Amino acid sequence: MTILLLAEHDNASLKDATARALTAATKIGAGVHVLIAGHQCRTAAESAAKLEGVAKVLLVDAPAYAHSLPEPLGALLLSLAPTYDVLLAPSTSSGKNVMPRLAALLDVMQVSDMMAVIAPDTFERPIFAGNVIETVRSKDAKKVITVRTTAFSAAANRTAGAAPIEALNAVADPAISSFVGEELSKSARPELTTARIVVSGGRALQSHDNFVKYIEPLADKLGAATGASRAAVDAGYVPNDWQVGQTGKIVAPDLYVAIGISGAIQHLAGMKDSKVIVAINNDADAPIFEVADYGLVADLYQAVPELTAALAKAG
Amino acid sequence: MKILVPVKRVVDFNVKIRVKPDGSGVDVANVKMSINPFDEIAVEEAIRLKEKGSATEVVCVSIGPPQAEETLRTALAMGADRGILVGFDGEMEPLAVAKILKAVATEEKSDLIILGKQAIDYDCDQTGQMLAALLGWPQGTFASKVLIEADGLTVTREVDGGHQIVKLKLPAIVTADLRLNQPRYVSLPNIMKAKKKPVAKKALEAFGIDVRPRLEILKMAEPPHRKAGVKVASVAELVKKLKTEAGVLQ
Repeated sequence: MTILLLAEHDNASLKDATARALTAATKIGAGVHVLIAGHQCRTAAESAAKLEGVAKVLLVDAPAYAHSLPEPLGALLLSLAPTYDVLLAPSTSSGKNVMPRLAALLDVMQVSDMMAVIAPDTFERPIFAGNVIETVRSKDAKKVITVRTTAFSAAANRTAGAAPIEALNAVADPAISSFVGEELSKSARPELTTARIVVSGGRALQSHDNFVKYIEPLADKLGAATGASRAAVDAGYVPNDWQVGQTGKIVAPDLYVAIGISGAIQHLAGMKDSKVIVAINNDADAPIFEVADYGLVADLYQAVPELTAALAKAG
Repeated sequence: MKILVPVKRVVDFNVKIRVKPDGSGVDVANVKMSINPFDEIAVEEAIRLKEKGSATEVVCVSIGPPQAEETLRTALAMGADRGILVGFDGEMEPLAVAKILKAVATEEKSDLIILGKQAIDYDCDQTGQMLAALLGWPQGTFASKVLIEADGLTVTREVDGGHQIVKLKLPAIVTADLRLNQPRYVSLPNIMKAKKKPVAKKALEAFGIDVRPRLEILKMAEPPHRKAGVKVASVAELVKKLKTEAGVLQ
């Protein structure tokens, strides 16, 4: 069994999603190769080489791969595919973008959002917004898989040594797409999908200013990432990359604090695997309380500053 | 420019999903079915491009049972020009769907294909990307903004850290994310008008494509239910419980 994992990185550093998808890969088979495709991305390759379970790192360094555009990246993966039985990537926005493209070129039906390995050809995945888990057996000779990263813990670093890094040449870019620009949210807070604590706000916050005034100080006190319900994002209170839910980000932190969030099915689908859920809402009948470990029926405009102050006092 | 919009008939997003007692599938008997919400956004975007004068015709295609004609009629009532229904009963995998759509797009000489980023039933998020691969076209997935220009298409994409803007050569594929637009409400006169718009029916066999599933579904089950916890009376009690009982605060 030969396995290739497409790494998620920003050219400089390796994303935590890679180490989580690596854990999934090692459950399928041993000796995983990790592909770092990017531009000026050697440091990311060096980080990957230090992960436990990596047998070899393939480094392809070329401008065409700088922004993970699926057309050149798909062509590269296709050129590497003949020697691998399993090709996988974390279910990040770039993994979800390129892997189905590769799968179709290989005439393989992809297993999306894989959350458990039952056997090397049999997997569990969520459907209907996480309301149903299906177990599927892939009949394709090759497997193409995207991994739900919240379902797997991150692979650890090796205690000593590193896997070899092999540099490979780029393949021809189909030259049908180009990168124009990006607007990435800058934040000193932890990344939403990997944070240990997440503080999320809903429509009840009523404005962007209230997110700044109520949600952010609590998040900063807890060292937490900030999130939001779809309703709050659609209302324009916060940017789209804050959205937690089936169509936004799937999170599973140790502690999830839902503030002024009623708990629509699609929001629950994105956070119900959190270890501990706290809900603060003035509506005692809000569905969020059906999944919360600790519910506080209260006016958030009083309770949240009080909570932030209590945590500050407690140190 | 001719735009093709594939649409899928799915269980309505408000329906509580139940797994059949024997775990063989999801019970869809007598439940409300609707157009996949992401596909509805795709239809809206195509119609807006036509209204702006960027497109000449919007054709919608669905693969499904006879009732999928209702899904097409919804799209026609929104403003699409005509529909194509490929008859199929059951659940077809994205790879097979993409192969059929490729044949339809080739026959229709489509310049742009807009579809939902995923269907809310099987949540695969594959069809658009696969179709792009099979056609050899570029893809602008998870789109929140689409601009047609003289030399191609500029697509703003929702990505993990924010937005990414890409330029694509035409013909191209766009998959619609939530914030691409707000689909219009369909008026009664337009529903009546849509009844007269043409829907061509095609037999699956005519495509000569093997649509047998590659993934064998062994089991379906509901995930373990999370039990509701306790209500606390005050912030002080909450902080105390988080520290002592839950152990999530240092």
